[in-house]
Amino acid sequence: MKISKDTKIDLLKRMIRVRTFEDDTTKIFSGGEMPGFLHLSQGEDAVAVGTCSNLKLEDAIYTTHRGHGCIIAKGADLKPMMAELFGRIAGCCKGRAGSMHFADVKTGCMGSNGIVGEGMRIALGTAFAQKYNKTDNCTAVYFGEGATGTGSFHESMNMAAILKLPLIFVCTINLYAQMTPKSDHVCIENVSDRAAGYGMPSIIADGNDVEAVYEAMAKAVKHCREGKGPYMLEFKSYRHHGHFEGDPCNYRPAGELEEWKKKDPIVLYEKKLAKEGVIDDKGIQKVRDEIRKEVDEAVDFARQSPQPDIEELYVDILA
Amino acid sequence: MAGTKSLNVQWAINEAIKEEMERDPSVFIIGEDVGKPGGPFGVTRGLIDQFGAGRCVDTPISEGAIVGLCVGAAASGLRPVAEIMFMNFITLTVEEFYNQASKMRWMFGGQVKVPMVVRAMTAGGFGAGPHHSSSLEAWFASMPGMKVVMPSNAYTAKGLMKAAIRDDNPVLYVEPLSSYKLKMEIPTEDYICPIGKAMVTREGKDVTIVSIGRMLLEATKAADKLKADGIEAEVIDLLCVNPIDMDTIYTSVKKTNRCVVIHEAKKIMGVGAEIAADLQENLFDWLDAPVARVAAPFTHVAFQPKLEKHYMPDADKLVAQVKKMIG
Repeated sequence: MKISKDTKIDLLKRMIRVRTFEDDTTKIFSGGEMPGFLHLSQGEDAVAVGTCSNLKLEDAIYTTHRGHGCIIAKGADLKPMMAELFGRIAGCCKGRAGSMHFADVKTGCMGSNGIVGEGMRIALGTAFAQKYNKTDNCTAVYFGEGATGTGSFHESMNMAAILKLPLIFVCTINLYAQMTPKSDHVCIENVSDRAAGYGMPSIIADGNDVEAVYEAMAKAVKHCREGKGPYMLEFKSYRHHGHFEGDPCNYRPAGELEEWKKKDPIVLYEKKLAKEGVIDDKGIQKVRDEIRKEVDEAVDFARQSPQPDIEELYVDILA
Repeated sequence: MAGTKSLNVQWAINEAIKEEMERDPSVFIIGEDVGKPGGPFGVTRGLIDQFGAGRCVDTPISEGAIVGLCVGAAASGLRPVAEIMFMNFITLTVEEFYNQASKMRWMFGGQVKVPMVVRAMTAGGFGAGPHHSSSLEAWFASMPGMKVVMPSNAYTAKGLMKAAIRDDNPVLYVEPLSSYKLKMEIPTEDYICPIGKAMVTREGKDVTIVSIGRMLLEATKAADKLKADGIEAEVIDLLCVNPIDMDTIYTSVKKTNRCVVIHEAKKIMGVGAEIAADLQENLFDWLDAPVARVAAPFTHVAFQPKLEKHYMPDADKLVAQVKKMIG
């Protein structure tokens, strides 16, 4: 697949945006300014960006508790996202939801979910509506290998297939369901083998190669837009941080993280693009400086936004 | 002058759904056996012939995914009407109701609304046994962000279904199998029963009977029996258990000074418990007797007829309770 130079630079820029947001959030959270829990996605940046770069505004995504990367890649504004993490009224969910329950409906981000796997059952509905309204829009629902043990996964795969919904099941393999390694809870090597069991095509790709992710997703999106039904994608990747911020990660064998950091998707892609002559060090630094400014502005915006009033507990309960 | 026609509950629900589907192209039905077979109890008969398979969707046996699909579809602009064949199966969907549908609007800062209707049928009184006979409305009545309606006859069945479909919130519609064949005259013109408004079906001065769901039949029989003994019971058909129309109950209890709630669900932790707590908290000085509840005991529904009859509340148990109160 031919990817244009502009698209390549955009892919890199989006990954840097995701990573900078996640790294800044790490620092701010450790300083005690953000309430609640955080589940960060450093290392899975290529999956978020490679998939979302294939989607238009009208397409929808359903994200996990580790969903910042996808929401940013889909095009959500960083200011209300950051304000949401700070629990402020200018947050995209008015400070009520926080990291695990982010939604930015105007950019098609239909909700992160604190219940593992549950996004799949709900994503069925958005895909159904896209088909019902005779559009060629599609929906992508993200989950990890842990979620493939849920009833939701199996019900949703079957339902999407039998109703022929434009739904893309995007599974990021990051080798741990919270603390339990994949081999202890998944009975097969490649979870996407299950797609065939539901009559659905699938692709396995290197989740740290943003162009491989991009190409795989392009095939899935084309399939959906042509009304051919659902698709499953399996991306082999790894999360650099723990399950949650503060996780001591005692379940990881020594050296495993370092091995995966050698395959950091951003480092790999910068090298690749430099080699191809698409962008040089100066160009990369310019991108980084732009993103730095964008994220700094988001943090300032968040810090200046007030807390929600108590009255916010009692509005929007019913429409 | 407006006309009326005779219709039973089953057809009243069918007509309500049909008329709303005619009125609004975003309304669709979904569930097991609802499309081609016309519903396991025939409630959705004929809809697929009129509206096609795209709007009358037969699904696999996946209650969680059925209701989950409704949540996503509603958040994306459609108006699903799903069927849960027996209310016991709703246990498989509590996640979709509680963590998802009821919370989405609020937790997303008002970015979405979730206009979905889920019909659940209660089959108490048929010897259907422990997995098919439960009335679980109390669980959903405790959820902010939900509405829960319980029609009692053909008039309220049609009016509440139309109101439910037009409502922009998730509505659980509890329909009793035992009422399906009950006929009555209902208006031919378009009407709704507003959600959250109870109906005084019979006026009286001696006691307020708050009736929920199919117990209206028992409450009405009880009121007739009590009248023969000189006791005038005021009967309120609650119609909606989330939100509960306490204002109508207050007005009545201020007149009668006594209240008994009758519902098919268990007494302990039932909707009656909430009504009783509210009345003693807010109308204590008006009460001449403690608020009573006639409801199922704290055990399980048997398939065995003698045991099931003992379990289910009825007119005789209600009459006995009222007489005890009036003493």
